[in-house]
Amino acid sequence: MRYNRLALYAMLGIAALMILAPVFIMVSTSLKSMDEIRDGSIFALPAEPNFDAWGEAWFGDCTQTVGEDCGGLSSSFLTSVKIVIPALFLSVGLGAVTGYALAAWKMRGANLMFAALLVGMFIPPQVTLYPLIIMVRELGIFGSIPGLVLVHVIWGVAFTTMMFRNFFKTVPQDLLKAARIDGAGFWPLFWHVMLPLSLPILGVAMILQFTYIWNDFLLGLTFGGRSGQPMTVALNNLVGSQFGEKEYNVDMAATMLTALPTLAVYLLSGRLFVRGIAAGAVKG
Amino acid sequence: MNGVELRGVTKAYAGLTVMKDINLEIEDGAFLVLLGPSGCGKSTILNMIAGLEPVTGGSIHIAGRDVTELEPDERDIAMVFQSYALYPTMSVRKNIGFGLKIRGMPKADIEKRVDEIGELLQITPLLDRKPSQLSGGQQQRVAIGRALVREPSVFLFDEPLSNLDAKLRADMRVELKRLHERLGRTIVYVTHDQIEAMTLATKVVVLDKGSIQQADTPENVYRRPANKFVASFVGAPTMNFIDGKLIQDGDGIAFDGGSGQLPLASLPTRAHDLIGQPVTLGARPEHLMFDDLGANARVLLAEPTGPDQYVRLAVAGSEVTARTGPEQHFSSGTDARIMIDGARVSLFDPESGRAVL
Repeated sequence: MRYNRLALYAMLGIAALMILAPVFIMVSTSLKSMDEIRDGSIFALPAEPNFDAWGEAWFGDCTQTVGEDCGGLSSSFLTSVKIVIPALFLSVGLGAVTGYALAAWKMRGANLMFAALLVGMFIPPQVTLYPLIIMVRELGIFGSIPGLVLVHVIWGVAFTTMMFRNFFKTVPQDLLKAARIDGAGFWPLFWHVMLPLSLPILGVAMILQFTYIWNDFLLGLTFGGRSGQPMTVALNNLVGSQFGEKEYNVDMAATMLTALPTLAVYLLSGRLFVRGIAAGAVKG
Repeated sequence: MNGVELRGVTKAYAGLTVMKDINLEIEDGAFLVLLGPSGCGKSTILNMIAGLEPVTGGSIHIAGRDVTELEPDERDIAMVFQSYALYPTMSVRKNIGFGLKIRGMPKADIEKRVDEIGELLQITPLLDRKPSQLSGGQQQRVAIGRALVREPSVFLFDEPLSNLDAKLRADMRVELKRLHERLGRTIVYVTHDQIEAMTLATKVVVLDKGSIQQADTPENVYRRPANKFVASFVGAPTMNFIDGKLIQDGDGIAFDGGSGQLPLASLPTRAHDLIGQPVTLGARPEHLMFDDLGANARVLLAEPTGPDQYVRLAVAGSEVTARTGPEQHFSSGTDARIMIDGARVSLFDPESGRAVL
C-alpha cells in the first residue's frame, strides 16, 4: 500500500518535472543577462536576476528602431484584447442560443443543421482559409480587427453550439413542458430557465474559447493585417526577425508574456472549469 | 361550465394511428382518472388536453371553448408532472410565481398569491429554499403549488405520486382528495395505480392500446367491468377467470368448468339465456366463500397478509384465489369446499372478452 503510494508520487513527480522543466528554463533564462546566457549552462539559476528582458519584451527597444513602434508586445497585447473580447462573447453567446434552439425546439432540419455544424468543427481551418479570405475581402473588412473577429466567431460557433446543444439535450423534457404551460416562450425559457442551468458549461465554453482565440496564430496572421496583429503574431515577429545577436532572454520573456493571460484565466477559473466538465458528465 | 370535452380525437405518429376516435366528457368539478398499463395512451391524452402534443384529428374543448389550436398557456390549465419538473435554479417562491411573472402580473400581487399558496400547502418555511434542498414530498407540494397559484379551470396530473414512497404516497393521496373537495376544480389525473384510481376518482376511464375500455364510477368499474381487460386490470389480487359453460342444475344454474362443476347461487335470472353457451366466469377473490355446501376444492397455498389471507385453490380444473379472514387455518394439500356468489360474478364472452352479464 505504502509502496503503491510512493510509486504514484514518483510518477506524478516525473510528469510534473517534464512539464515544468521547460517553463523553468524559460523563466530563469528571461531573468538573466545576455552575458550570463552566453557563458553559463541553461539549467543554472540566474546569478543576478533582473527584469530588463521583460521590460524590453513589453515596451521594445526604442534605440534600435525608428518611428513610434519600438517592437515591444504592449500594443499587440491591446490588439489581442480587442480581438478576444468581442469574438469570445459573440461566439459563446451565439453558440448558447443556437444550441438551445437545436436542443429544446422542434425545428425542421435541426438534425441536418447540427450535422453541418459538426462537419464545420472537424474541418481544419487551413482548408477553408482561402474561401474565407475572399468572403471577408468582399465584406470589406479584410486585414482589420472586425474581419478577424468575424472569422473567429465563425470558427468558434460550431464548437460552442455543439457544447450547449449537448448540454441542453440532457435537460428533462418535463421541465420544458412545465415552462411551456407556464407560458414561457423562446426567450423567457432561454433566459430564466436554460441559461441559469448552463452556467458551468458557459464557464467552460468561455475558458476554452478564450484559449483558442488568444493562442491562435494562423487566423491572426492571415486576417489581421497590420492593424489587427495579435500578440502571437507579434511574438513571432519579435523572435524571428532580429538583427545581430539573438536575445534569448527577451525571446523567453516575450513568450511568457504571451502565455500569461491564458495561464491566468485557467488559474482563476480552475474550479469552475472542473465543475463544468463534471457537470457535462453527470445527468441532472 | 369548466369541464373538458374530447370529440373524436385521434392521434397518429408518422402515419401510424395509435389512438382512434376518443370521445370523453369530463364534467365541471369532476376528478377524472385515466387508468391503464404503460403504453395505453393515458399520458398522450393528458398531453393533448394540455396542448403539449397536437391532435391528429378531432377537437378538444375546455370550459366550453375550442382549444384544439391553442398553445398550452392559452388553455387555462395547469399541470403537475411525475418528475415535479421544478426549475432547479429558482427558489420555491420563484418556481411558484414564475407563471404569473411571465404573464406580467405585478410583483406585489405575485408575492401575495405565493404567500397564500404557501400557507394553503403548509410550505411557507420552504419558500426561500432551492428545489434540491427539498425532499420528494416537499417538491411534490411545490409542484402542486405552482399549479394552484394560477387558478386554472382544469388541473392535469401526470402520475404525480409514483415517485414517492408508499407511506408518503398514501398521505398525499388523502391530501389531494381534500384539496379537490375544497377547491371543487376539475381534475384530470393519469395513473397506473388502481388504488389511486379507486380512492380519488369520481369517474374512472380505463384505457388499453389507445382506446377507452370503460368510463364509469370507480364502483361500477370494479363491480361491473365492461370486459375482461378491465376486470383483470382493476382489483388485487386479480379476478379469477375460468373458461367453461353454464348448465342447468335443478332449479338453479351451475358452472361447468370441464373437469368439475361449481354451483352459482343467486345468479340473476337473465343468465338463463346463456345456458349451454361457452362463457368465461369472472369471480373476484372475495366472491369465493368457504361453505360446506360448495364444490370440492384442494388447497394449494395460503398467504396471510395480516387483515386477510389469500388461499390458492384448485377447483373445476382451474387455479383460483379466494380471500378470507385470517382466523381459519388452511394447510396445503387439504380439501375445502367453496361456493361462488352468483349475484356478484361477471360472465364474459370468451371470444371478444366483453361482459355478457
